[in-house]
Amino acid sequence: MASASSLLDVQGLTVEFETRRGVVRAVRNIDISLAKGETLGIVGESGSGKSVTSYAVMRILDRAGKIAAGSIRFAGIDLDKASESEMVDLRGREMSMIFQNPRAALNPIRRVGHQIEDVLRQHAQAGSGDARDKAVDALRQVKIARPEERYDAYPFELSGGMCQRIVIALALACRPKLLIADEPTTGLDVTTQKAVMELIVELTRERGMSTILITHDLGLAATYCDRIVVMEKGAIVETATSEQIFARPAHDYTRKLMRATPRPGIGLRDLLPDDATSTPIPPNAPGAPLLTVRGLVKEYERPGVGVLARVFGRRTDPAVLPFRAVDGLSFEVMRGESVGLVGESGCGKSTTSMMLMRLLDPTEGEIIFDGENIGAIPARSFAADKLRPRIQMVFQDPTDSLNPRYTAFRAIADPLLRFGAASGADDLRTRCEELARTVGLPVDLLDRFPHQLSGGQKARVGIARAIALKPDLVVLDEPTAALDVSVQALVLNLLADLKATLGMSYLFVSHDLHVVRLICDRVIVMKGGRIVEQGSAEDVLDRPQADYTRELIAALPHPPAAAA
Amino acid sequence: MTAAPIIKAPQRRTSARFAALSSNLAHARYVIGGNPVTGFAFLLLFLLIFCALFGPWIVPYDPLASDTSATLQAPSWKHWFGTDQLGRDIFSRVVVATRLDMTIAVTSVALVFAVGGLAGIASGFFGGWTDRIVGRIADTIMAFPLFVLAMGIVAALGNTVTNIVLATAIINFPLYVRIARTEASVRREAGYVMAARLTGNSDLRIALTTILPNILPIMMVQMSLTMGYAILNAAGLSFIGLGVRPPTPEWGIMVAEGAGSIISGEWWIALFPGLALMLAVFCFNLIGDGLRDIVDPQRRT
Repeated sequence: MASASSLLDVQGLTVEFETRRGVVRAVRNIDISLAKGETLGIVGESGSGKSVTSYAVMRILDRAGKIAAGSIRFAGIDLDKASESEMVDLRGREMSMIFQNPRAALNPIRRVGHQIEDVLRQHAQAGSGDARDKAVDALRQVKIARPEERYDAYPFELSGGMCQRIVIALALACRPKLLIADEPTTGLDVTTQKAVMELIVELTRERGMSTILITHDLGLAATYCDRIVVMEKGAIVETATSEQIFARPAHDYTRKLMRATPRPGIGLRDLLPDDATSTPIPPNAPGAPLLTVRGLVKEYERPGVGVLARVFGRRTDPAVLPFRAVDGLSFEVMRGESVGLVGESGCGKSTTSMMLMRLLDPTEGEIIFDGENIGAIPARSFAADKLRPRIQMVFQDPTDSLNPRYTAFRAIADPLLRFGAASGADDLRTRCEELARTVGLPVDLLDRFPHQLSGGQKARVGIARAIALKPDLVVLDEPTAALDVSVQALVLNLLADLKATLGMSYLFVSHDLHVVRLICDRVIVMKGGRIVEQGSAEDVLDRPQADYTRELIAALPHPPAAAA
Repeated sequence: MTAAPIIKAPQRRTSARFAALSSNLAHARYVIGGNPVTGFAFLLLFLLIFCALFGPWIVPYDPLASDTSATLQAPSWKHWFGTDQLGRDIFSRVVVATRLDMTIAVTSVALVFAVGGLAGIASGFFGGWTDRIVGRIADTIMAFPLFVLAMGIVAALGNTVTNIVLATAIINFPLYVRIARTEASVRREAGYVMAARLTGNSDLRIALTTILPNILPIMMVQMSLTMGYAILNAAGLSFIGLGVRPPTPEWGIMVAEGAGSIISGEWWIALFPGLALMLAVFCFNLIGDGLRDIVDPQRRT
């Protein structure tokens, strides 16, 4: 596979990790070759070994990991045999890497400009005289507005997208030949994701760099990469060009992955593998209004504004006025309906869901649930309210939302115990087992603790807990954001089935428009605490009226085949 | 600790508990195996506990009986650690003193854990005025040099073992408040705490059944480290004549009694109780480090 023009040539790479339970092979006998100027995507679900492969190339495996077999040739150098001092010289100068969480990759107490200077000096690319100019120039190249000013900024003063640009500037400061981007846009908004990915692709072209993009998102990889490598459980299952992968996926796993990726023009059931039983999802007949929100407002006092300024300051001065996280929201959720609440981070969708859940008190406005204004009941005393069991929530991060010291059984039993819905221990056990079966969680897993469960299983425990009291309204806060696509496909289908059988209403909070399209009847688009647009899912997503909605839709990755 | 009292545990649950327990034991064995010093510290701990429980029955002499014919004898086969000015056997006194010193340490740490830990959880979890009041009390205590404060408390309340326990607990209060407060305030925003609210748990219930068990491992580490300090503190008070009174065998008093004789050549009177003190403190500090490794989830791979 090695050709004259290839920059990186990996042959038979095997990476092993020494653990307490013996040696684990994270990567098994893989071959990858990367030509000069090429963009290669490595796609796989969690545990596929895609990140480990890149760490092996950069030789930054942690102490327990080692390259057990194979060779890595980079620009004529054997990386697997290179000494640590040679690697130090290569890293940053010839090959760079950008990581998932840009904030964690930056030193929080150093000005970003100085951090770029550090890299330049480390590799003798700049002296004390021209370091500042070169750093500002590096900032300009990643399209940061007013780079002279930003030079003096600290990471916490910048947004997530801005931080990722700084990290890219750091990685590219010394004009490396190879850039490895490990999930560079996970956790960023779609519009930011688009801007960051376009920046990476543009810089790659401009400089004739080679790039490896590591991602779990097949759509993203297909949009921005020339070639794609699909990995499963430490082995490569398929290598092909982006067009080929989407048009004619050769391997079963690739097909399964492609099917599970939400995209326009398909139904929920299309996400599942062929052999899955596909009873059609019963049609939805929304009934009377269940939840009515009128003029909902949440204000936060700005920090640093003193009491005197609050009382005597000009109430028109925006620096003194309280910050409105949610600004006059009005909408309805009907019985049996699922409504999507969409927007980018900071748009107030989480604040809204917290207020609806009665975990947070609104500043103004009414939340009328089944005829009763629950907005007037303080959040503190709502835990004991008779309406509490009827409004439940599924959280974004299934790991974070399960008490590490409770077994799955105890977690699901908690609501039943609190509201005394069960009579005696046997009844409780029976009901928990029934709930576990409803959400497709094997009953023998009930006695496990969260750290012994997989992500999908934890998500099911979270869902079982939320539906234990047969609520009327369930708020789903990005319930699949932390899951692999194949698990996401199963969980989304489960949610749709549960809604149909139990007659619940959903408020689905998400930033992923593809997912919202699949599961929601109506969509509300939020920006800056206000509703920009609302209407039926087809109307909003296919014929958007507001510019902002159009922008959001345009920012979604459009893989070549889907675009055609 | 997590089981709700009203559930009668079916068979499967117990087996799961057992599996969890055995996996914890396996982990503990792994950590101790990887760090022999921790293993040594645990051996030392068992020795201390043994002495504290059975001390009075295993020692060769009555620790209080004086023998004027055998005063100030150097260590020998008859008297392993020698004898003091009154001819009392130092070995017997050192072993018997273990119980008193350990009792003071254990009770004071238990007290400060209960009061300081709960105050810290309340402070971190509820915030607002609770936080301000608890925080100011802790700050006030911190404002004094701690040993001087302990001296003051014992001097004011009277020379009793109860007051030593109380004084040791009070000076450790700010430390426990701070740890519990930080850990609780981090977990206050955790998803599982919000989930507990949604399932109808009151704030008080969440603080006690959700927050407390989750910060317990970190508190355990702190307790072990404080144990050593509490022993030192009790001995220190006795050394300067506050607290335990002679002729009760206690390491601090024994060091004080022997201090004057070191210059005249009778080094064994102060050395052996001092060594016992050192080993006890050493043991608890090492166990604290070992426990930190055991509860550190980063090492749990």
